[in-house]
Amino acid sequence: MKQLPIARLPELFAAMAAGRTLYIPADDGGQARFLPYRDGMEMTRALNTVRSAKDLFFPQTENLVGFQVRGREIALEETRDEVEPFVVFGVRACDAASFRILDTVFLAEPADTFYQTRRACGTVVTLACGQPEETCFCTAFGIDPAEPGGDAACWMDGETLYLRANTEKGAQLLDSLPLLEEAGDDAPGTAQAAIRAVAERLPLGKLDLTGFDGAHLMEKFNHPAWAKLSESCLGCGTCTFVCPTCQCYDIRDFDTGRGVRRFRCWDSCMYSDFTMMAHGTNRPTQLERFRQRFMHKLVYYPADHDGVYGCVGCGRCLTRCPISMNIVKVAKTLGEETT
Amino acid sequence: MNLRKDPLIPMVGVVTDIRTDTPDVKTFRVVGLDGKKPFTHIPGQCAMLSMPGVGEALFSITSSPTNLDYLEFSIKKCGCVTTWLHEITPGQQITLRGPYGNGFPVDTELRGKDLLIIAGGIGLAPVRSVINYVRANRQNYGSLDIVYGSRSKEDLVDYQEILDEWCREDGIQVHLTIDREQEGWDGHVGFVPNYVKELNFDTSKTVVMCGPPIMIKFTLAGLLELGFSREQVYTTFELRMKCALGKCGRCNIGDKYVCKDGPVFRLDQMTQLPDEY
Repeated sequence: MKQLPIARLPELFAAMAAGRTLYIPADDGGQARFLPYRDGMEMTRALNTVRSAKDLFFPQTENLVGFQVRGREIALEETRDEVEPFVVFGVRACDAASFRILDTVFLAEPADTFYQTRRACGTVVTLACGQPEETCFCTAFGIDPAEPGGDAACWMDGETLYLRANTEKGAQLLDSLPLLEEAGDDAPGTAQAAIRAVAERLPLGKLDLTGFDGAHLMEKFNHPAWAKLSESCLGCGTCTFVCPTCQCYDIRDFDTGRGVRRFRCWDSCMYSDFTMMAHGTNRPTQLERFRQRFMHKLVYYPADHDGVYGCVGCGRCLTRCPISMNIVKVAKTLGEETT
Repeated sequence: MNLRKDPLIPMVGVVTDIRTDTPDVKTFRVVGLDGKKPFTHIPGQCAMLSMPGVGEALFSITSSPTNLDYLEFSIKKCGCVTTWLHEITPGQQITLRGPYGNGFPVDTELRGKDLLIIAGGIGLAPVRSVINYVRANRQNYGSLDIVYGSRSKEDLVDYQEILDEWCREDGIQVHLTIDREQEGWDGHVGFVPNYVKELNFDTSKTVVMCGPPIMIKFTLAGLLELGFSREQVYTTFELRMKCALGKCGRCNIGDKYVCKDGPVFRLDQMTQLPDEY
């Protein structure tokens, strides 16, 4: 365990940013997001960023490969971004847990080397939530906001920042920072106790997910409530874009005039053309598309991953959905009437 | 060139031959830049073909693994990539990656069985690979019945191969049908599901089926009526796919991804999945 007076945070950031890029959650035009650290930059006061740290490992758009087409001949060309070692500081427990879910998708054989490279180059430093918000429900998924995970974890307690390495990569980072002082192993105990006391009282933290599993797959799928739940969905896809675990993507080609770039970009199962084929779509109305998103997070993914849910309870979709529909309402409605 | 590998990055291949099968189906022969077959596959597996700037799409491989020289794809003209493919001439380079999916269990569950292959229209493409694999390994299988139907005589894919090879081979029964009466056609007329029922097959056969969803639905009903069970019937699905690796999320049905857990499913497995295919 290491420690540092919180007043010396700018020095810590400067040291973490030396020779590599450091991302911290900062305010940008009134919205919190992970930004490359520059001298004088301050952490946001917002509990969490509008978009998750997923962007740093699975960017919204990314070049896959380039092509030169001459007559009937095709040549491939490298368009991959060079990824240098980087540190992301201030990731919350929910977002850190989301990496485990993204890993099961992207690192499963055959591994996605674009994501794999970014994961290998990135060191995740988490920050325990001092004041979880009422839209938070990470505890419903077994996530402990007082034990936030990542390669290294931090706690703020009064005037002191405590830091602890969780992985070899985290230990290397902390060991490379001589300004850190040694601290007792149980040092953040009071901070942790305070966080857990708040988490215990989170209004959505005890969401009951009994019955959301592979055994009840068809029952949940055929539930009559989907029609009512999806009735007002605009299909805007905001929930998928702010979601730390949504990973669906599209692959498209763009002719730059000097060659074709094949890139991937985030996509959303909420969109009508997501499954559109030449002969039509297998999800013709918003009901099917809406159902797919929630069934995937709450039933399909856990059925295939030892009961782990595809949601981490960050609460972003609760605050951003324009019609105030969200996964908590879905889970409550479907949970009450079945099982 | 020093290009870092990734499963999404394709290889370049060449279309060496194009055969016009029907007014809207052509069959393309593809080899690698070295003139050899790009990869080996199992009948029923698929590959991603693309033209940079036009798009990438998944197609089933219609040639048999026993063909050691090239891959073949029978492709119906119906969207952006397929329309582009229908306009090219031999010598055109394309990109490809694969093979993807599980394929038909030709060396396990189908081995030693009396086989009934049922196809409609372009649905012949994936099962032609099975048929020619079985023909090349005849000693490993029992009887082989093929029921194949299309809208008209002109719409029968691989018609020449069917007449010249399949129909002339001992131990293969070919049952062709077209939807409506037509001059110059003295074969059976009628839809595939009804024809299958009329033929009243022995229910000990194992069925491999591919065709439009409506044909699958009614043929399955007919087979169940004849006394077949879902455990005896295999079919193959195609949904929209981008990665074909189980990651892009498009072909997710229940806890399965059609690209990697399929595209071949035994019909009793399908009853555990939402009806979204």
